[in-house]
Amino acid sequence: MNLTKSFYMLMTMTFLSNPVLAQTPEERGLEIAKEVKQRDFGWADMQAEMLMVLRNKQGEESVREIRIKSLEQEGDGDKGLTIFDKPLDVKGTAFLSFSHPLEADDQWLYLPALKRVKRISSRNKSGPFMGSEFAYEDLSSFEIEKYSYKYIKDEPCEGGTCFVVEQYPVDKDSGYTRRVAWIDQDQYRVWKVDFYDRKNSLLKTLSFKGYQQYLDRHWRADLQQMQNHQNGKSTELKWSGYQFQVGLDDSDFNKNTLKRAR
Amino acid sequence: MKEKLFAVVLRHPVLILLACLVLTVMATVGGKNLVFKSDYRVFFSEENPQLVAYESIQNIFNKSDNVAFIVIPADGNIYTPEHLQLLKQMTTDAWQIPYSTRVDSIANYQHTWAEEDDMIVEDLVSEGQTLDPSALDRIREIVNTEPILLNKIASAKGQVSLVNVTVQMPMIDPVAEVPEVVAKVREIQQKYMAENPGLEIKLSGIVMMNNSFAESALKDNATLIPIMFGVVILTMLFLLRTFSGTFSTVIIIAASIAAAMGLAGWSGMFLTGPSASAPTMILTLAVADCIHILSTMFYEMRRGVAKRNALLDSLRINFQPVMLTSVTTAIGFLSMNFSDSPPFRDLGNIVAVGVMLAFVFSITLFPALLMVLPVRVRVTKEEDRDWTRSLATFVTTKRRILLPGMSVFMLLLIALLPMNQLNDDFVKYFDTSVPFRQATDYMQDNLSGMTMMEISIDSGESSGINGPAFLKKLGVFSDWLRSQPETDHVSTLTDTLKRLNKNMHGDEQSYYRLPEDRELSAQYLLLYEMSLPYGLDLNNQLNVDKSSVRVVGTFKNLTSNELVSLEERVQDWFANNAPEYQVQTTGPNLMFAHISQRNIKSMLSGIALALVLISLLLGFALRSVRFGLISLLPNLAPAAMGFGLWYVIDGQVGLGLSVVAGMTLGIVVDDTVHFLSKYLYARRHRDADPVAAVQYAFGSVGRALWITTFVLVCGFMVLAQSSFKLNADMGFLTALTILIALVVDFFFLPPLLMMFDKTKTDAPAKTAQGVER
Repeated sequence: MNLTKSFYMLMTMTFLSNPVLAQTPEERGLEIAKEVKQRDFGWADMQAEMLMVLRNKQGEESVREIRIKSLEQEGDGDKGLTIFDKPLDVKGTAFLSFSHPLEADDQWLYLPALKRVKRISSRNKSGPFMGSEFAYEDLSSFEIEKYSYKYIKDEPCEGGTCFVVEQYPVDKDSGYTRRVAWIDQDQYRVWKVDFYDRKNSLLKTLSFKGYQQYLDRHWRADLQQMQNHQNGKSTELKWSGYQFQVGLDDSDFNKNTLKRAR
Repeated sequence: MKEKLFAVVLRHPVLILLACLVLTVMATVGGKNLVFKSDYRVFFSEENPQLVAYESIQNIFNKSDNVAFIVIPADGNIYTPEHLQLLKQMTTDAWQIPYSTRVDSIANYQHTWAEEDDMIVEDLVSEGQTLDPSALDRIREIVNTEPILLNKIASAKGQVSLVNVTVQMPMIDPVAEVPEVVAKVREIQQKYMAENPGLEIKLSGIVMMNNSFAESALKDNATLIPIMFGVVILTMLFLLRTFSGTFSTVIIIAASIAAAMGLAGWSGMFLTGPSASAPTMILTLAVADCIHILSTMFYEMRRGVAKRNALLDSLRINFQPVMLTSVTTAIGFLSMNFSDSPPFRDLGNIVAVGVMLAFVFSITLFPALLMVLPVRVRVTKEEDRDWTRSLATFVTTKRRILLPGMSVFMLLLIALLPMNQLNDDFVKYFDTSVPFRQATDYMQDNLSGMTMMEISIDSGESSGINGPAFLKKLGVFSDWLRSQPETDHVSTLTDTLKRLNKNMHGDEQSYYRLPEDRELSAQYLLLYEMSLPYGLDLNNQLNVDKSSVRVVGTFKNLTSNELVSLEERVQDWFANNAPEYQVQTTGPNLMFAHISQRNIKSMLSGIALALVLISLLLGFALRSVRFGLISLLPNLAPAAMGFGLWYVIDGQVGLGLSVVAGMTLGIVVDDTVHFLSKYLYARRHRDADPVAAVQYAFGSVGRALWITTFVLVCGFMVLAQSSFKLNADMGFLTALTILIALVVDFFFLPPLLMMFDKTKTDAPAKTAQGVER
């Protein structure tokens, strides 16, 4: 009797301590994604400033300044508000989006020059954001349902040892066939993402630098660098002024008050 | 020293054979490094100003190399549910083409429209859309009113449309990249044509043009050039009636070409259209060298001299002229280093090396082979009654008529020379049997030409393209460009802005105009950019700073002159109407237009300079300033006359023909050198008077000269049959020039010599002249 019991114990322990044996790479990938989401959950709302520096192969440079506010949603994509400060000719333009994991996002744009709010109906999330190397889909909130996953291997990375996970977009209008993400095993932060285009050629690489922890929980990178390997252009996002739980609510993310967004 | 060399060669032929074999094989191994580059950028040097401008514009905006699928439905109507679905599927599949960065078709055109305060952005043919007759009518209506699509992507009649793919080759391995793209493009073409009987898909665009250049050059190399070599060999066999002699000549040709190309491979060169014609050029001089040595040898053998002595005599007599010809030809080809275009420099250097190799082989390997192989000649008691003898008599007796007659004839032809137009029509480089030409002609007849010009306009300030004054000028310019007779299509930002302005005002047609407010247009663009999918963005029209805009004009198929003059008009328009903006005009077509003009000029002046140098050298070698000067005329005239005659035949001189003067240089100089040196030999060593010396020269080299000429003319006439105009024209004009060179050397040079030599000669001159009078 005792023997059988200890055998079961042993079996259970083996499975617990070494989940690899029991999981497919797809399940493992999904599990990592869930852990990433879970560890960051609960930031409620946030705001930050973003400086975007665009460079082309010729060395020309151009700068955009944007403020971003987000509201965490449970069971749906987050709500986001983007206010443009620079270039000056788009100053005051405000972009409101209710993102959804699978359907098209709801999007509104307030154009100060026209003094009107326009609803944008488009399935496209794959185009460049403000002429940069970031696609709109690269900047929108990470939702588990947006991808299917496959764990590939462990690999040393800037954040220690990383999981290397492939993510396959569910949206067939996505500009990518897959993304390959490097996520550290200690804090589940993303350090690098390779983007593969529709013909599965390496298109871009995104690197994260200068991670800082907010509210003892949420990690955010100060610097995101996107390099396009095909056209030689690059874009840097420099983040500053991160604030969490400042008390934003649904009324701050309302198309009727978009005109007054500051 | 040379006597020693000849002695060694004739005493130890097997040793020489082995030594040459080893050296040739060692050199030839380098040929494995030779690869064919089909990218047009190889034609431009790193510092070429047009390439620098083009690369910088490509770095600022995106690249614009394209492949155009011309899709023609069987029933002549693109607006059917089946065909639109097919276009949609093809658009998706086209994304799988290697290095593709953008695909444009009517199916994925981003149609924008308004519904109250909603702005809708979607594919013109969207997923799951019911394509009932009213939907089809709507699509047709949109295409026919959208300047971005009409006459570029779809025809007004609605019988044909394009799937246009922009590719951005990384240029890491241009040898592999173009064929890689083309292979996938053809796979898609074949797949759709097989699945849809009656559907026709033709292929055009810059990438296909590049590829056709490479394929045509390679096709000629694989078919016509071997035939040409075959014809040369057969003609030699027929005229010289010696198997061993012909065989040995073939060995010399093969060894010279193989070693020269091998050395090119060792030096890290790659093959291109022009440098791939190096073997043909090396052939001409190798043939000439061998025929001279052979015919003197046979001449002696027919008089009963033993083979070995006959060969030694031949080497002694021919050593200097063959060396002179080789050195001068090498100088001529080295003059191609004046060219702006690397492939032509490579060509010159390969041929210069090849010609010198041919010289070395023809005085070492060639006699060694002839020693080893059996050579039999029937000894004739009387001297051969060659028709060159009667020709000599004719020339010497009729010299008073020939000299002025030939002079007038030559002047007439040369007078036509400047009337040629320096011009290139790249599409017409392919005759109508080439699929690329058929596709491009069809596209020109039904949609647009494939000549494109990119015009980048820099406002000089950040976000400056949104300024109302700038936009207004851009709009006026776009309208002006559209009204030019050559123009088929203009892609301009102002069309997009007008449409957005209309969309933002509830699709009110009266708002189809440019926004009159900087903020307004900036915000429209922001909104529009956020709603576009991957690959269909505005980054190919705007720089990152939004200070510059790129307008792309598509024109009928223009020649290089027409295109350059259009470019001047564009520049003039800005100088007169908008001098405050920086304007750059570029594009592959324009780059070729400029380089062909510059290259032709630099090549021709380089060759003219080389010819003068050669004549100086000849004067020095022949130890006579007078003969050096006299040789100038028959050296310069044939190419000039050939091009003069070309005016009557065609009248357009392009990149391909600019090599003809260089190509024929060797043979032209060869004719003159051999004739002159035999003439001087007779005058100096045999005490002959000018008339007797002319007769001697005819007797000893006349046969060799006309055999060489005939052999090469036959060979180049084969090349003239190419479907690739670059090769066809070159072959024809080369044959023509070689023929003219012989005529000049037979009918003009002797009377000239007799006239100029008479005044300075003393006693010996009397004898023969007295007889004739």
